[in-house]
Amino acid sequence: MSTINYSEKIPNNVNLSEDKTLQRALEHWQPNYLNWWNDMGPDGSNNFDVYLRTAVSVDADGWAQFGHVKMPDYRWGIFLNPKEEGRQVNFGEHKGEAAWQDVPGEHRANLRRIIVTQGDTEPASVEQQRHLGLTCPSQYDLRNLFQVNVEEGRHLWAMVYLLHKYFGRDGREEAEALLDRRSGDSDNPRILQAFNEPTPDWLSFYMFTYFTDRDGKFQLCALAESGFDPLARTTKFMLTEEAHHMFVGESGVSRVIARTCQVMNELKTDDPAKIRAAGVIDLPTIQRYLNFHFSVTIDLFGADESSNAAIFYNSGLKGRYEETKRGDDHRLQGQTYKVLGLKEGHLIEREVPMLNALNEVLRDDYIKDSIGGVQRWNKVIEKAGIPFKLQAPHKAFNRKIGTLAGAHISPDGRAVSATEFAARQNEWLPSVEDRAFVASLMGRVTEAGKFANWIAPPVMGINRQPVDFDYVRFN
Amino acid sequence: MNAPMPAVLRQHLIDPEICIRCNTCEATCPVAAITHDDRNYVIEASKCNFCMACISPCPTGSIDNWRQVPGAKAYTVEEQLLWDELPPELSAEQLAAQLAELAGGGDAAAVVDAVAAATPETPATDPTGEAAFNSAQWGAQVPPWSAAHPYTKLYGPKAPTMATVVGNVKVNEAGTENETHHIVLDFGSMPFPVLEGQSIGVIPPGVDAQGKPHHARQYSIASPRNGERPGYNNLSLTVKRVVNDPQGRPIHGVASNYLCDAAVGDKVQVIGPFGASFLMPNHPKSHLVMICTGTGSAPMRAMTEWRRRLRQSGKFEGGKLMLFFGARTQAELPYFGPLTSLPKDFIDINLAFSRTPGAPRRYVQDLMRERAADLVALLKDPNTCFYVCGLKAMEEGVVLALRDIAQNAGLNWETLGATLKNEGRLHLETY
Repeated sequence: MSTINYSEKIPNNVNLSEDKTLQRALEHWQPNYLNWWNDMGPDGSNNFDVYLRTAVSVDADGWAQFGHVKMPDYRWGIFLNPKEEGRQVNFGEHKGEAAWQDVPGEHRANLRRIIVTQGDTEPASVEQQRHLGLTCPSQYDLRNLFQVNVEEGRHLWAMVYLLHKYFGRDGREEAEALLDRRSGDSDNPRILQAFNEPTPDWLSFYMFTYFTDRDGKFQLCALAESGFDPLARTTKFMLTEEAHHMFVGESGVSRVIARTCQVMNELKTDDPAKIRAAGVIDLPTIQRYLNFHFSVTIDLFGADESSNAAIFYNSGLKGRYEETKRGDDHRLQGQTYKVLGLKEGHLIEREVPMLNALNEVLRDDYIKDSIGGVQRWNKVIEKAGIPFKLQAPHKAFNRKIGTLAGAHISPDGRAVSATEFAARQNEWLPSVEDRAFVASLMGRVTEAGKFANWIAPPVMGINRQPVDFDYVRFN
Repeated sequence: MNAPMPAVLRQHLIDPEICIRCNTCEATCPVAAITHDDRNYVIEASKCNFCMACISPCPTGSIDNWRQVPGAKAYTVEEQLLWDELPPELSAEQLAAQLAELAGGGDAAAVVDAVAAATPETPATDPTGEAAFNSAQWGAQVPPWSAAHPYTKLYGPKAPTMATVVGNVKVNEAGTENETHHIVLDFGSMPFPVLEGQSIGVIPPGVDAQGKPHHARQYSIASPRNGERPGYNNLSLTVKRVVNDPQGRPIHGVASNYLCDAAVGDKVQVIGPFGASFLMPNHPKSHLVMICTGTGSAPMRAMTEWRRRLRQSGKFEGGKLMLFFGARTQAELPYFGPLTSLPKDFIDINLAFSRTPGAPRRYVQDLMRERAADLVALLKDPNTCFYVCGLKAMEEGVVLALRDIAQNAGLNWETLGATLKNEGRLHLETY
């Protein structure tokens, strides 16, 4: 059992105390981190005891321990999955070599870039969510928000550890920059655009945790295949925690839908105006939020043709989703993949070299996984007997990155004119009025067991606690 | 493992309606019993060894589903992959019919009884085939070193003393099946010194069906050593009105109904006090871990209240109190209100409800496993005493949980358990 050492200021299972230089570097970074958390972490949450899931070891029975923890005293630290003896690089030109325990010189810059990009998303989402606690629909949801926040915080720690341990002075500077950038700041924004979008309300939060944290799952899965073993082990552990974030999103949206359907059946209406008047979010608005978050998130996978992706794969830095479960040659030379393009105003499919299309491969894996959840939301609507189906929009809809950037594609995949797109934009994406309406519902509910009118209670509590359990003690 | 299937299997299943397909269970399962396709995550019955490693990491709770099925007709992986929702639990009759069919006909009712007898509440968890775990062997026969010296057996069955009922209040919600009363008895000027953890006997008046006087019924004392009302010669009991026997058949508990119906001013025949080892440590830095169900909470209430009074008087030096308390529902839990108003920095309360509608069953040992990190620290601390009181059925689960928590932390249970017993630090009182 790889037990985590709590006797130090920085809980870890990487023998930090044996590497005094690294320990000092991280101890120097830590107060800055805490300052960042105090400035940019959840608003007004200091001194709350929150029922959090915390890791006491990284094996099956140790990483999910539940108990009330004071918010700033969460066990921030560095946890890596145990080392797998004899692990190899499983893809690319180094396939079959022993996995690297140190950074290969020629891949140093690329690896640093991958780690910095991943690391930057972690504090960014905490910043995006920092005001949400003030409008939580229940204590249960507030606890889930905080759980997501602290784990994002600790995932930042994981990436910072890699930067400090393996990238020398450059790494230290990058680690500091992670605390300097701010989500949405015009002068010093976060690296990826989706992490500069505001998360103004809880419907956005649920959509974000469903779609965008699912992007996190796929990116982490691809990094967990890396030939650079410390990165693989770090991201494997992060993945175990990421699941909860997606759960918050999937169940959150599902509960919003359940409540809406309940009110629709009570009022016997599908008129959005009447449904809104009853204080719940109508299904077409939910569809528009879905369209927005889906399209913004699939941009996170990058350009559909990317030489970087090819280099990352070929050099063994970043694999595909479930790389080792795939039955091909794991080198992909000479293979092709279909990507979408636009020709004379029509969407067409082009064959491009597989290695250059790996962003698209990961995006397509993601889309398949995302749509599965949308179908589960539809089951809720179907069960309520309402003839309405939510749909993931077409892959080319509302894209800002890659060959489809700026193309005018409707959610059902038709190329339309710029005029038509502009005219129907409010039908397809949340309008200012939609956002204002959703914002108008956001009132704070913190009494145990009580829920805001626009959302149904969860099927069960966290860690099998009752729904009216004291998830947050406000002290 | 690929063990042969038992006749009746509590099959571990994943609820496809709640599962979010995050892969956590598959990643954590140590025996690769979990697999998935594009549609569902499923568990292969022949591989699952009920190790429960997947349970707490699951963010949704969908992993914690169980169905009783004939072992030979366990749901296959192929079947599960096609599910949109879990199949309903088989009724006893359906299960019996399937078993009878598998056995080539026979007496369905006899099969039902066999099933009931063979099926534990929780899955059998000992895949190692070791000898059955004997929880009782770990219970201490001696008190903690710093316990105050108790008086015992001042009054025997032949010479009971009399006490007056001075209080009788219900301590759980009205209308619950397990109605529980808090009874205060005053001994007037008769000496009756007690300590927390001791018990007394009450002799109901009248005679039984054979015309013999009723036997005494023993109750744990729920008040601290200086009385329910400090400075008066009184004590309190926690009494559950018994209206069903353990099999659920209606009976009329003689002593419990007598006490629950007693009016203020009634005289009660009392013997005792009893008990010389289930006693709390007296030094104020000692830690108490209290694990109880239902009226097993009485001694825990006494100990907690004594510590609370010490704290109020400034004589308490920060020993930790940790309580694991189980009941069927919150409404049935005695002293729920007063318990939840105790300061949180004084006592760490963990409540488990096994019959909350719509919620999965939770038992005290589940909570203990969740708090393993804290319990390990306490197990290692020689100032900690453990107390278990409640229904017999809980004892094994609780001691097993303690053992597993210790072993998972790299402690040797054989050594630690023996130390706890020899030093009077693990006390079991179950009935």
